[in-house]
Amino acid sequence: MSGSDKQPRIERRQFLKGAAAAGPALAAASLVSPQAAQAAQTPAGAAAPATMAVREQHPPGTGQPLAPGYVVGGDHMTDCLRALDIEYVASCPGSTFRGFQESIINYGGNKKPEFLTALHEDSSVHFAMGYAKITGKPMAAMIHGVVGVQHASMAIYNAFGDQVPVYIIAGNLLSEWGRRPGAEAAHSSTDQAQMVRDYIKWDEQPTTLRDFSNAAARCYEAAVSGAPGPVMLTADADMQEEAIHEDHKADLRLPKIGRRIPASADSGTVQELATMLCNAENPVLSLDRYGNNDKSIPLMVELAEALQAPVIDTRGRMNFPNRHPLNVSDIGGPYLRNADVVLAVEPRDLFGMVMALDDEDVRTPRPRIGQNTKVVRLGISHTSQKPNYGGSQRYAPADLDIQADAQGTMPALIEAVKRMAKPNFAARGERIANQTKNLLERAKAEAAYGWDASPISTARLCAEIWDQIKNEEYTVPTETNFLSSWPQRLWVMDKYYNFLGRSGGWGVGYNSAAAIGAALANKPHGRVTVALAGDGDFMMAPGVIWTAAHHQIPILFVIHNNRGYHQETMHLQRMANRRNRAVTTADIGTTIKDPNMDFAMMAKSMGVYSEGPVSNPVDLRPAIQRALAVVKRGEPAVLDIVAQPR
Amino acid sequence: MKFSRLAFAVASVCVLSGGALAAQAQAPAGDAARGKAIFARVGCYTCHGFEGQGGVGPKLAPGPVRAWPVFSTFVRTTSRDMPPFTTRNLTDQELADIYAYLTAVPASPAPASIPLLMQLGGRSGLPCKRALPCPGAPLFYAPTA
Repeated sequence: MSGSDKQPRIERRQFLKGAAAAGPALAAASLVSPQAAQAAQTPAGAAAPATMAVREQHPPGTGQPLAPGYVVGGDHMTDCLRALDIEYVASCPGSTFRGFQESIINYGGNKKPEFLTALHEDSSVHFAMGYAKITGKPMAAMIHGVVGVQHASMAIYNAFGDQVPVYIIAGNLLSEWGRRPGAEAAHSSTDQAQMVRDYIKWDEQPTTLRDFSNAAARCYEAAVSGAPGPVMLTADADMQEEAIHEDHKADLRLPKIGRRIPASADSGTVQELATMLCNAENPVLSLDRYGNNDKSIPLMVELAEALQAPVIDTRGRMNFPNRHPLNVSDIGGPYLRNADVVLAVEPRDLFGMVMALDDEDVRTPRPRIGQNTKVVRLGISHTSQKPNYGGSQRYAPADLDIQADAQGTMPALIEAVKRMAKPNFAARGERIANQTKNLLERAKAEAAYGWDASPISTARLCAEIWDQIKNEEYTVPTETNFLSSWPQRLWVMDKYYNFLGRSGGWGVGYNSAAAIGAALANKPHGRVTVALAGDGDFMMAPGVIWTAAHHQIPILFVIHNNRGYHQETMHLQRMANRRNRAVTTADIGTTIKDPNMDFAMMAKSMGVYSEGPVSNPVDLRPAIQRALAVVKRGEPAVLDIVAQPR
Repeated sequence: MKFSRLAFAVASVCVLSGGALAAQAQAPAGDAARGKAIFARVGCYTCHGFEGQGGVGPKLAPGPVRAWPVFSTFVRTTSRDMPPFTTRNLTDQELADIYAYLTAVPASPAPASIPLLMQLGGRSGLPCKRALPCPGAPLFYAPTA
């Protein structure tokens, strides 16, 4: 920061220190007794106000190296992250947090938290999403002032929509006094969280170092409490670089987070719900964002079996074993239509669960449920919604709205249902089991269509992968609807980490990056992470595989290469068709061909093992074998598979 | 819209009684090779896959392909997620070529002949050891976590 010229000038840190030192001195002179002023200069442990003591102990603001015995604000911020048990900080570098970054690396030893180098702020936040879906706790995403927030905003929106805790730390230079012209001024803001406030749960911009830990704690609590979501803590650059005497560091309190007990429904409500479910002829359980940890699925299985009721997993998370005889997810329509009670568990959007709306000229909703069906909503997933950005369709009322954590309510609900269970439940369960027993055989028959086709069918692709990971603990961290949900239809999925749901905001680029975060979280568990990402998604954030290589994150990264943003190809074709105009132009602006991309070459350029393009189904098996061998060595591997659109 | 829905309903009825109608109405002659190219060019593949195996849209092939009257009526009149193809975008001959292509798609291998598919497991989970709430309730699954 200091220049080489000898002309007197006010530099940012120098001015700050001068002002900081002068301020308390004036305050002490006018408001505090001489004894108190003297006490303010006493070392740690004294009763003096910490802020005052800290500021009066600043070393001379000459731009000289940090004097012995002094630390900086970034060191305290690093301690705060450590106190919050944040293991990683995903970040694409930016000067507005240089003081913080240097502290994490040199003061903190780059361990807990450790820097995870990202090549785009959007990827940083998506890394954190994938990581949180496995671990249940936030990763920090450190992003540059203003421009970094702008880059990250779509991923933040995804995290909000998907209700995933992400701890965003944004750099900033709040005081305009010391902003240099150019980048430093451009990357500073009075209130940069304003850009994303519509879709974050909480934000703070502490203006003193002493306030930092409180702000850090509140942000953390907001991220993980209730319906989780992203939060933003703005770390002022001046504060990061502010010097404090190490004796006074202890005066800066560290955040402490206690155990969190989610709110469960009271016993009377539980009894009312159990009565409704047990008295129903045809109850249905419909699950959205329920399965978030290793207790979620066993509890839901216990409830479903106590009721012998059909379960529809809408795949917002991995909610229910896909091969369970009560799982009617792929044949759920008749069950919903005949239901007298539907228990919607942690639905983000109740309307979408009970009503259907096709892409027609005139959009008339069709009820999925009967006229007299009673709908009970159990959960808190809808409580974080904000008015400006959606995630919900039309308003749909629940007959009984139980605003309590679904998993927290499960044990009491299960017990209540067991007490009221009726003998006729058994016949219902048998009937459902008879209707689901052939689903796998049906899936096999459908998977055989186009089995030898080139481009390779998505069913064949998924079957070939499964054959080689079926004995592994594994995670599919990517959306599967773009592959016709073949993993759910062909594989065995019964752990919460087998599938992580969707992006939340349908923001493209999520899959590729979130997969890396999930793989990082899986690494200590030895789980195989299998990303099934589209070529369009991958091209939003191709640098994520470099991050995997750099940090030695094992992942089988399969690019479902259908040479386009295929959803948009279908949309354009549909528009042209509906307007009775040329339908042969749907590939303009929607496809990624002419020339075709060489993803294997791209991956190689980033130090990643890769193969492809693979377009002959016969070549799939050996390619997957070789790639998995690399993954089991602890490295990433990329396969470019030229496949059918869906 | 109402007309289109009606047409769809008619087409659906035809599906139900398709066998008889199929016997009555022969598809016009078509060129399968040309039909394959048209199938891709006009975008049928986007929802139904290059082989007609299905994707976002239902499977069209391999057979049995729906009877020509059902097939052609649906393509010309549907108003649901799939908009209708008029003769401006798809001539009668081109539609016949597509039909020829779909009926010529060779049968898929039987799942039983594909070892990979046959190895796919059945039910997940372990025999349930819990006391179930009512006598005789099916024993399905015990959590392994």
